[in-house]
Amino acid sequence: MGMTMSEKILARHAGVPAAKAGDILTCQVDVAACHDMFFTVAGQIDFERVNRIADPDKCVILLDHAVPAPTAKDAHGAVKARAFVEKHGIKNFFDVGEHGVIHQLLVEKGFAAPGKLIAAGDSHTCAAGAMNAAARGFGPAEMVYVWCKGETWYQVSPTILYRLHGRFASQAVTGKDLFLYIAGVYGDATNMNVEFGGEGVGNMTISQRQSVATMCAEINAEFAIFPCDDVLREFLKERGDQEINAVDPDPDADYHDVRDIDLGKLTPYVALPHYIPNNCRPVKEVEGTEVHQVLLGSCSNGRLEDIALAASIVKGKRVAKGVRFIVTPASQKVYLEALKAGYLETLAESGAVITNATCGACYGGHMGLLGPGERCLSTTTRNFKGRMGDADSEVMLCSPATAAASALTGKITDPREFLGG
Amino acid sequence: MKFKGRVWVFGDEINTDLIFPHSAFRVSPEEQVKLVFSDNRPGWSSLVQKGDILIAGKNFGTGSSRPGAVLLKRLGLACLVADSINGLFYRNSISYGFPALQCPGVSTMFEEGDIAEVDLLEGTVTNLRTGETRQGNKLSQSMADILEAGGIEELLIKEGYMD
Repeated sequence: MGMTMSEKILARHAGVPAAKAGDILTCQVDVAACHDMFFTVAGQIDFERVNRIADPDKCVILLDHAVPAPTAKDAHGAVKARAFVEKHGIKNFFDVGEHGVIHQLLVEKGFAAPGKLIAAGDSHTCAAGAMNAAARGFGPAEMVYVWCKGETWYQVSPTILYRLHGRFASQAVTGKDLFLYIAGVYGDATNMNVEFGGEGVGNMTISQRQSVATMCAEINAEFAIFPCDDVLREFLKERGDQEINAVDPDPDADYHDVRDIDLGKLTPYVALPHYIPNNCRPVKEVEGTEVHQVLLGSCSNGRLEDIALAASIVKGKRVAKGVRFIVTPASQKVYLEALKAGYLETLAESGAVITNATCGACYGGHMGLLGPGERCLSTTTRNFKGRMGDADSEVMLCSPATAAASALTGKITDPREFLGG
Repeated sequence: MKFKGRVWVFGDEINTDLIFPHSAFRVSPEEQVKLVFSDNRPGWSSLVQKGDILIAGKNFGTGSSRPGAVLLKRLGLACLVADSINGLFYRNSISYGFPALQCPGVSTMFEEGDIAEVDLLEGTVTNLRTGETRQGNKLSQSMADILEAGGIEELLIKEGYMD
């Protein structure tokens, strides 16, 4: 029996010829990354007592959740991060000014690459699967374990294959809608890997794949992996990658389930409040729902393509009165590119507030929290109760196109009215 | 790896932000535990007694990498048994020495206040009031070793990686 992409990457990193669902393997980890919350939040692990690290060059440390520091506690966390980096000789450190949301930065800086096994102290680490890597989140204690020993254990999980066909019917339907459709129809993938295949993958941009892979954390997937096709190879070439260690699934790989999706039949989707699996609906079914805030950003949808799409929708129009439209780029690089391309100007002219690149309000940190009774329509990753502020606020999730269209009307709006399709 | 205790029953999709809310990010560990479930069940944390057992539905611990398991452990809970547990939450449970067991159907077995008996190595849960027993996933030996050590930090100290 052949292997899935997940099984191949784990087998390679365990130094064994084959891996199958149920195996527990000890694997060498290629990249181990943590962000500021590792250092800021008390009581997680006493990292100041770490006295040696297996390979400092495999460590990445960056500040993304609370930058620039909104509180003295956050500033203190950053002080501790800088001291840790200094103590252990970690050269891959990205401070304020060259920062970005961890999952975007791992891609921009070339750490996320085909065939890699990536560990990071953040649940959306599966995002790097868009780069044909096996990546998953770990808690703070286990991140220290990986730094110290260079390895950790993996239980090989069964894999669900989504075979994608055709192409999105219009610009108004995106990778985020594909994910929300999958989560809404098929529910969770707890204790399973999710892999993507089919000729439809080739019709998806890298940014769209990043959005989907990121969001797979929300269906509790272990790994979420896209194949290494010509579109990804072109992206890697432009990034300057010298060699590509692509991992392809075997034709006779053993899948838990194979599900076919016609991209052309998808429509804009939203996730209703408080949880995602089996809780998503076509935009058409909730059109007209009033929103107080619209947020465009995060590791899911804060990239240049997302901002460009939103700018094309709001160009020459005004954000509805009574609605706060907040745009948070996913990285300093994205911010600069969006600035140069004029997208930020277009958005600001429409009444949007452009923030610094950060995780920001997505995790309820800063710059756009909600008060009681408020509803936010957001392109971010989570809609948990109280996630973005008051326990009596609501978050609904959507694509950048739906977000921009809804910011103009103040109500959940089908973006096809603005983009056609 | 056997526990007997009074149960608290929670439903499906209990996420990390409910267990370890953002309001707990910038406070001391002593204050953090008081905030567990403050958004969905205010006041609950003060009712928990040492040795109590948490029973929940599907996808317990869905969400963030923040270690909710360590707060549940510090509250005094003996262990968690849920229909299903998010993979990252499960890893955190092991890493922080907080026993957790996946046992499909367990959420239908108990009323709050019942006494549960949990055998982690056998993977079994029994309701001592009704006598019903269910079989869940057995704990693997490698996970049991980490739990026995008290979690990863203890292991790293023992092996000399941490002072």
